[in-house]
Amino acid sequence: MKPTRLTLCGNWILERFPMAKIWNEHMTHYYAPKNFNFWYFFGSLALLVLVIQIITGILLTMNYKPDAKLAFDSVEYIMREVNWGWLVRYMHSTGASAFFIVVYLHMFRGLLYGSFKHPRELIWIFGMCLFVALMAEAFMGYLLPWGQMSYWGAQVIISLFSAIPVIGDDLSLWIRGDYVVSDATLNRFFAFHVIAVPLVLVMLVFLHIVALHEVGSNNPDGIEIKKTKDAKGIPLDGIPFHPYFTVKDIVGVAVFLLFFSTVMFYMPEMNGFFLEHANFIPADPMKTPEHIAPVWYFTPFYAILRAIPDKFAGVISMFGAIVVLFLLPWLDRGPVKSIRYRGGIYKKALALFVLSFLVLGYLGTQPATPTATIFARVFTAIYFGFFLLMPIYTRWEKTKPVPKRLTSDHGDSNCLLSMKAVFEEITTVKSVTTHDGIRLPNGATVTKRGFNFKGLLNVIIRFAKKLKASLD
Amino acid sequence: MKNLLILCLLAILSFSFGVKASENIHLQEADVDLTDSESLQRGAQHFVTYCLGCHSIKHIRYLRIAIDFGVDEKKVLKDIAPEGAGIYDKLYTAMNAHDAEKWFGIQPPDLSLIARSRSPDWLYSYLKGFYSDPNKPPLGVNNLVFKDVGMPNVFWQLQGQQEAVYKTVDGQKVIERLVLKEPGKLSEQEFDRLVNDLVNFLVYVGEPVKLERERMGKYVLFFISMFLVIAYLLKKEYWKDVD
Amino acid sequence: MNDKGVDKSKRQFLTSALTVVGAVGTGYIAVPFLSQMQPSVKAMAAGAPVEVDISKMEPGQLLRVAWRGKPVWILNRTPDVIATLKTLDTELRDPTSEESVQPNPTKNLLRSLKPEVFVAVGICTHLGCSPTFRPEIAPADLGAKWKGGFFCPCHGSWFDLAGRVYRGVPAPANLEIPPYRYVNDTQLVIGELAKEASV
Repeated sequence: MKPTRLTLCGNWILERFPMAKIWNEHMTHYYAPKNFNFWYFFGSLALLVLVIQIITGILLTMNYKPDAKLAFDSVEYIMREVNWGWLVRYMHSTGASAFFIVVYLHMFRGLLYGSFKHPRELIWIFGMCLFVALMAEAFMGYLLPWGQMSYWGAQVIISLFSAIPVIGDDLSLWIRGDYVVSDATLNRFFAFHVIAVPLVLVMLVFLHIVALHEVGSNNPDGIEIKKTKDAKGIPLDGIPFHPYFTVKDIVGVAVFLLFFSTVMFYMPEMNGFFLEHANFIPADPMKTPEHIAPVWYFTPFYAILRAIPDKFAGVISMFGAIVVLFLLPWLDRGPVKSIRYRGGIYKKALALFVLSFLVLGYLGTQPATPTATIFARVFTAIYFGFFLLMPIYTRWEKTKPVPKRLTSDHGDSNCLLSMKAVFEEITTVKSVTTHDGIRLPNGATVTKRGFNFKGLLNVIIRFAKKLKASLD
Repeated sequence: MKNLLILCLLAILSFSFGVKASENIHLQEADVDLTDSESLQRGAQHFVTYCLGCHSIKHIRYLRIAIDFGVDEKKVLKDIAPEGAGIYDKLYTAMNAHDAEKWFGIQPPDLSLIARSRSPDWLYSYLKGFYSDPNKPPLGVNNLVFKDVGMPNVFWQLQGQQEAVYKTVDGQKVIERLVLKEPGKLSEQEFDRLVNDLVNFLVYVGEPVKLERERMGKYVLFFISMFLVIAYLLKKEYWKDVD
Repeated sequence: MNDKGVDKSKRQFLTSALTVVGAVGTGYIAVPFLSQMQPSVKAMAAGAPVEVDISKMEPGQLLRVAWRGKPVWILNRTPDVIATLKTLDTELRDPTSEESVQPNPTKNLLRSLKPEVFVAVGICTHLGCSPTFRPEIAPADLGAKWKGGFFCPCHGSWFDLAGRVYRGVPAPANLEIPPYRYVNDTQLVIGELAKEASV
């Protein structure tokens, strides 16, 4: 057969650019462990959200005005008069929160299965840099609508820098470019938000993935699949990323988009969590709102800041809460990676850590009453305890033997089956006698499912026992 | 483990109390229905009659109102817009900002987004919450949900004059409820309807696209569900090799 | 791994189905993304018809108004000018305005509703510069052939005072005439045609 013009053209490019090589290396010949579970969707989803944010962000800049006099109105102009502007804006604002949800779950996956441990320390470091860059991106982006919350949130956060001894005041002045947050601040934050930080983010994503593909993915068992290879040098427990994980991740993307669209079309404000009510009032440098709280994704760190009675120490703790995350690979002395084979103490510590993160997140949204402050201090202690005591409690933990090969993953069908079993247990079938004596064909009886209290109790007790067992 | 549970319970309890204590003003419920074009039109008329004198809603044009309410442009200009307004005009107040500051101490805020920064219920209660208060010259009125507000009761002729009934709680005088001392031109039901229409209109103005986005959401979710089903089947087909 | 018994055609079918649905979805999302670059309501509001009062115009005076952000010229032509315009046919590229844009009622020699009042969009049909108004006859810089008209400084196109383009210049067509109508003798509305007229 004579080669067509199209293949000739393709060959011309392939001889000059290693497209096929890159594709093979990272897709068809990248072997990923076959037992990835639910938690492994969030990496690809984070990438998806990044793309959404970049595209919608570019569209928003076409109509947004980074000027203190015009910014607020230009956002409303986008919402009302630009064709489909509301869709683009809601996508961007929902995307910001979705980004953090996805990234927090992605990080939690790392804690669960020890993805930060040797040999993946560098992946974790790049990931943490991404997280910090993302926080900077979100913080600066939040100033742009120039509402009351934008303004006073920025004012408070920038003032944090003034807590640093000696250079603090000059530093915060330099960041703002004025004595208070002002037009100059807005303009430079716009520049950072739109070009500088996104470039850093994209570069870090690249590094994160290159580093991952060099050592290979971790998995829920925490076993290195490269240790057992077949005659051709292919990991026995690995499957090519493409097509197996591409088709799987597409399912994840679809489920994610269902949630994302539900929020975007039906609750874009998310009760004031994604778009705060006070941010619908234009920024007024003369008047602080009665109660200011950062957007939900910063509240755990904000609660830590408020919990400490000293300004400088508070700022140090807040940044420290992020710095300890960087140190995680070296704080953890446990010999196994996955939570499946770790000792009970790590499981309990992780549960406490998650609890403290959630409680601190909640406290950060609330006014600082004396009781709330006490709770914030307790949970701040737990938060730091998880990290700083880690070298001690992980060194002597009693681990379970780690298998040589991946354990089979109980698929989704199994999950459905067990849900059906639970449903059957908490309900009882009653046959109902019809009063008017209607006979059903084939001698069928009318049955009705009733609620079974005893069954429910059994299920709860069994769940509690299982939970306890799983924590040991 | 046990201690932890108790701690959690305590935490939840103390916070739920904390929240309740701070919101002691009871708000009346507004009946918001953005599909009720009649109510929205009445609300728009009331806005232009009673509010536009001082407050702008500069983020909306008469044209948009005509399109969203399903009303002819000419009818909007005749029935809703003040005389001489064009269809592309935004709802700007005629009041000069300098005069406003002289009279009220502040510039009356633009109300385009008031229903989003406050809640519809708050607006409804606020507009119904004016009462005579001789301790507060020069207006002589105060408001139940917005204490010492600089705005007069623009509805006093329609609503009549309300007075506060006080009770004593922990040695402090607290307003128990408001009673109508002098009836106005409208009956209570008529007045409630007027305020409700106005609130309905302000909710619309806060986000004119709301109905459209909710309508569109259904199609988007349906489409994604379809995509999900196919994606799931494809995944299952490929993963036969693995399991 | 177990490659035996793979139903290739089913895979092929599902892959194509997913691709089609995905492509349709991408198309759907591309529509709002692309159409958000269309003119917004604000631009449409700025494009609304403009009323112009011409009662105070002197003979020979040029008035500039903005319509849709474009300069629109209103020129009060003197009888001399009108007489000159009738003699230029041989020097023009499109003297009868066959290949030019104008509302039907203005498709005449003087390209206007009333002979003395000339209305045109002041943008050169070549590459969008706004020509300068040069009513004087045979000035030094334009040479003896110049009979008064509009001169585009960007690429040197010549138009007469009816907006008709000369031969041998880069502009391909006569200046565009916007839709306009008279409310009364001294009141013009630009951007709207009289009811009975059509483009």
